[in-house]
Amino acid sequence: MESLLNRYRNITVLLLVIMAQLVLLAISAKNDQDVRMIRVWTVTAVTPLARIIEGVRGGGSGFLHNYVLLHDTSEDNKRLQSEVDKLRLENTFLKNELNTAERAKALQVFQAHSPSKMLAATIFGIGAGSNAKVVLADRGTVNGVQRGMAVVTPDGIVGKVVAAYPMASQVQLITDPEFAAGVMTKGGARGTLKGQGTPLCRIDYVPFEDKVDGGEWIYTSGDDRIFPRGFAVGQVKSVRPGQPFKEVLVEPSGMQRGLEDVLIIVEGVHQDIPDAPPGIQPVYIAPAPPGAPSPAQPVQPGNPVGTEADRLESAYKALGQAQGHDFGDNRPGEKAPDYTKLGQPSAVPAQAPKKEPDVANPAPPTPGASPKNPPPDTVRRSNQAGGGPGGQDR
Amino acid sequence: MTYSGDRLLLSSQREGQESRFRGWVLVVVPLAALLFQVYVPLFFQFLSFLEMPLLVVLYFAIMRRTQISGLMIGALVGLAQDSLSKNPLGMFGIDKTLVGYFAASVGMKIDVENGLVRLLLCFLFYGFHQFFYWVMARALLSQQLALDLPRTAILGLLNAIVGIALFAFLDKLRERA
Repeated sequence: MESLLNRYRNITVLLLVIMAQLVLLAISAKNDQDVRMIRVWTVTAVTPLARIIEGVRGGGSGFLHNYVLLHDTSEDNKRLQSEVDKLRLENTFLKNELNTAERAKALQVFQAHSPSKMLAATIFGIGAGSNAKVVLADRGTVNGVQRGMAVVTPDGIVGKVVAAYPMASQVQLITDPEFAAGVMTKGGARGTLKGQGTPLCRIDYVPFEDKVDGGEWIYTSGDDRIFPRGFAVGQVKSVRPGQPFKEVLVEPSGMQRGLEDVLIIVEGVHQDIPDAPPGIQPVYIAPAPPGAPSPAQPVQPGNPVGTEADRLESAYKALGQAQGHDFGDNRPGEKAPDYTKLGQPSAVPAQAPKKEPDVANPAPPTPGASPKNPPPDTVRRSNQAGGGPGGQDR
Repeated sequence: MTYSGDRLLLSSQREGQESRFRGWVLVVVPLAALLFQVYVPLFFQFLSFLEMPLLVVLYFAIMRRTQISGLMIGALVGLAQDSLSKNPLGMFGIDKTLVGYFAASVGMKIDVENGLVRLLLCFLFYGFHQFFYWVMARALLSQQLALDLPRTAILGLLNAIVGIALFAFLDKLRERA
């Protein structure tokens, strides 16, 4: 028997193993229930190896992608860097254009809503001298500017013209130590604003019995015959009691947003002291009624309004339009319009037909009109509702 | 004519010495073959035709030249392969048990060091493996699998070519006498 088993040992083992697996297969196939232990053992045995290989593969793949295959990254980086630089320049240029447009719009709105006749000017230089707070504006006697005229922005007063030249004028800022202007509060306390050479101005001659609070708004009083009454000056920073006068320091509001575009008051009109302080937000202007001409339409040449400078500006704009050139919307290096054709009939479009006055956005008063003419009631109401000279609210 | 080309059949048991392997080789190599079978096709789909567990079972069976050893290796590797597949346990197990047994039987009779013999063995046992699996799937599981003979022949040839290289590598893991 033993020899028989030895003789057929191999085939016996084979049959036993196959039988065992057949049983296993039968159980698995019939009941759909595996001998889970075998699968668990196998997976447990294989998983650590798989993890090691996956780790090696991931590391190798990362190394390959990050170091070996990045031979042209330097080129790409240079190209992208140059693209970023180019876009940055373009972005700066567009931002400047946008700022310019926003300032121009704010000035235009303020100019349109103020009863005083004003002339837009751009500051293009600063006066020599370490202590003198003087700047140069690009409007002069040719444009109707005279010495002693007030210079303002929608946020407040800026200074006064101390010298007028044919093509430019010198403006003394309110922070200049020699500057002085008559000011008052809403409550009626009066004094003299003086520059100190520092960002803050001082108000002299405020009687100690007058009430002035910190944070209160100061307005021009009109007593100096330079600044019409009712223009914002700034906010009171500090008040110190004194005998016989108080010491009041004011932070000017007119130069808070920089000093690039200003308005020169050609013919001043006194106004009431506004109930609310001036704001710096742009004024909302409702769209024109159907059929009415667009308020954004530029002033047509041949029907000039405003000062001589305004007429000149209209002529330049018309010239630009005739030659397909948009001022302020051109890239650096683009061809400028041919100014030699200025004044020629072909360069200026025909006169536009007269239009109904735009109530929501009235045009500035025409030259020769009485500056004491009050603005239309609707405009006045919008000014008061807006809370400031520009109808703006802070 | 060379020895291997001249005498394919062994004249005595002495010529067919049993090859010995270290323990870790017997564990790691089948595991690596199983891992290859489930892992590599994830990234290289075209390598899914390779039956690495079969080639490993075949190698150990023909080199150890003992039928019990061959069938046990075949059974274990087959069951492990079943465990990693969706098959019921035993399909690959029985299949590879038979392959191990018969391969060991063949290894006792012929010179399995010969490259041509190895190529032929790989090709034939691949065909046997696929055919027997097809028979079992139809008979035991009632699965209607298709048996594409030309395709099986081509894949058998490819597996045989890979098998020669694999066997040459595994030869280096043998213990020297």
